[in-house]
Amino acid sequence: MNRKSASGYHGIPRWVYAVAAVGGLLVVLPLVAMVAKVNWPQFLPLITSDSSVAALGLSLRTSAASTVLCIVLGVPLALVLARGEFPGQRLLRAFVLLPLVLPPVVGGIALLYTFGRQGLLGKSLELAGIQIAFSTTAVVLAQTFVAMPFLVVSLEGALRSAGSKYEAVAATLGARPTTVLRRVTLPLVLPGLASGAVLSFARSLGEFGATLTFAGSLEGITRTLPLEIYLQRETDADAAVALSLVLVAVAVAVVGLSYGRRRSSTPVEVRP
Amino acid sequence: MTFELQASLRARSFEMSLSLEDGETVAILGPNGAGKSTLLGVIAGLLRPDSGSARIGDKELFNLDDGTNFWSPPHLRGTALLAQEALLFPHLNALDNVAFGPRSAGASTATARETAQHWLAEVDAANLAKRKPSQLSGGQAQRVAVARALAAEPELLLLDEPMAALDIHAAPLLRRVLKRVLEGRKAIVVTHDVLDAYMLADRVMVVEKGRMVEEGPTRDVLERPRSHFAAGLAGLNLVTGTITGDGITTPDGRVFAGQHDSGWSPSPGQAGVAAFPPSSVSVFLGDVHGSPRNSFPVTITDLEPYGDQIRVRAGDSAQALSADITPAASADLGLVPGMEVRFVVKSALVSVYPA
Repeated sequence: MNRKSASGYHGIPRWVYAVAAVGGLLVVLPLVAMVAKVNWPQFLPLITSDSSVAALGLSLRTSAASTVLCIVLGVPLALVLARGEFPGQRLLRAFVLLPLVLPPVVGGIALLYTFGRQGLLGKSLELAGIQIAFSTTAVVLAQTFVAMPFLVVSLEGALRSAGSKYEAVAATLGARPTTVLRRVTLPLVLPGLASGAVLSFARSLGEFGATLTFAGSLEGITRTLPLEIYLQRETDADAAVALSLVLVAVAVAVVGLSYGRRRSSTPVEVRP
Repeated sequence: MTFELQASLRARSFEMSLSLEDGETVAILGPNGAGKSTLLGVIAGLLRPDSGSARIGDKELFNLDDGTNFWSPPHLRGTALLAQEALLFPHLNALDNVAFGPRSAGASTATARETAQHWLAEVDAANLAKRKPSQLSGGQAQRVAVARALAAEPELLLLDEPMAALDIHAAPLLRRVLKRVLEGRKAIVVTHDVLDAYMLADRVMVVEKGRMVEEGPTRDVLERPRSHFAAGLAGLNLVTGTITGDGITTPDGRVFAGQHDSGWSPSPGQAGVAAFPPSSVSVFLGDVHGSPRNSFPVTITDLEPYGDQIRVRAGDSAQALSADITPAASADLGLVPGMEVRFVVKSALVSVYPA
């Protein structure tokens, strides 16, 4: 990552800067407007109310759990999509990426008809005494559903650009496929895996539609921070704004931390 | 523990067989796309042929003949592959790169590192142990890669143009290291370089278009080439034709007089080749008086500097000839591509032998 020197030619027309500034403002201005609306004297009491603390704690716990689930399920998916060869591979990729473009509420309905009481698997699970819908498990499932594509896309890209030459060499040196995966493949794509995990965590943190549809809004059980904010907006606008700011702060911290760490570490260098 | 292979892969029109005695190093020579890397890929288990079989001693690598469908995965073959690029794992330092093979074979970290130290020392790279691959030069990285391949204790070492990506200063050191470590080891070296063949190999195989065209002890092949590729490597002109009493006649009717190898009594009509160095060819303008033998009208195709001489190439690719003359002579004659001249070959310097 070599910084361009100030005198170097970069070939960007001036008007592009103007349009880019508009684009940047579109993101930043609403945040500024929100911060301007914060009721600062009441800020701490607002975000430390019982319901707020419960919602924030639930959000962090479920997002952490769904990120782990994304890694456990998403890494094999990305490997199979990037390296495997089997019929229907393109179709599988299309379906795995579907939640990226699907409205989350549609995802919630789909999950409900899978794990709900009358759902495809829900009926059998109900007989076994397991009820998923409207539980904290449902929150985690909904978040995993919408967040996993971020990890898969990010990791699949990293796997493709790393190529499989190192794996071939490792195999001729006597390493079993599992050893190659653990000692060569995963370390090589670690930056891609980390940024994918961060994106998944951030997406889980912000998940609203699928959670509300599939898990409902039960305080302390399924009411995550976004749901709490939506609810508070009706009755106490100041509380909604304060909690929104907390969510923004957590998201900025997570993303900033991971990108800051990646910049300081030495990038993987592949010699031509 | 001899190595034997026979394989064909129709999609690449690849059809080859090969065997190695214990401790023998074979160089595979051939133009780009001849199937050299395909051969190594098939041996290492990275490429699956349509049919064929291979074994090292009693151990079968694959057997796809006679209804059997046995295919051993790369990690069970004991055939370490060293490519043009060192491909050191970027997240491990040199020592742990070399320790990778022993670790994969089940050695403890400490034992594997001890083994790695030994092999790093073998390739004069003991002082590089703590460096990350990004801190190594191309030559250093390739030496570490050699140590890594040897540390895996391969029964057969595969080297795919190991010197090709190195600059001219780094190559000689690696070549010396390879000469030392390949001594008494079964190895196959794919190379473009005649020097690699001379220094590293007991035997050479020349491959063209997926087939073996020539094989023999390195010296013999380079001194008595029978393929155009080997002749090109040895820096000789090569003409194929049928043997006559005092030379050979080419299919297009040209007669090359020359010296038959001693101890060989030619039978006229037999297929043969004539080989002679470009320095034995003179270039003349117009007709030559006197003996018309070994004198051929040609059209110049190319002129290029070659050492302190000018290399004059003439004729189409199949029966192309080269002459080396001094720059002064070239200027005197006013040679340019497309010009019609006469090549005259000194018959005393033409070797004629069976094809």
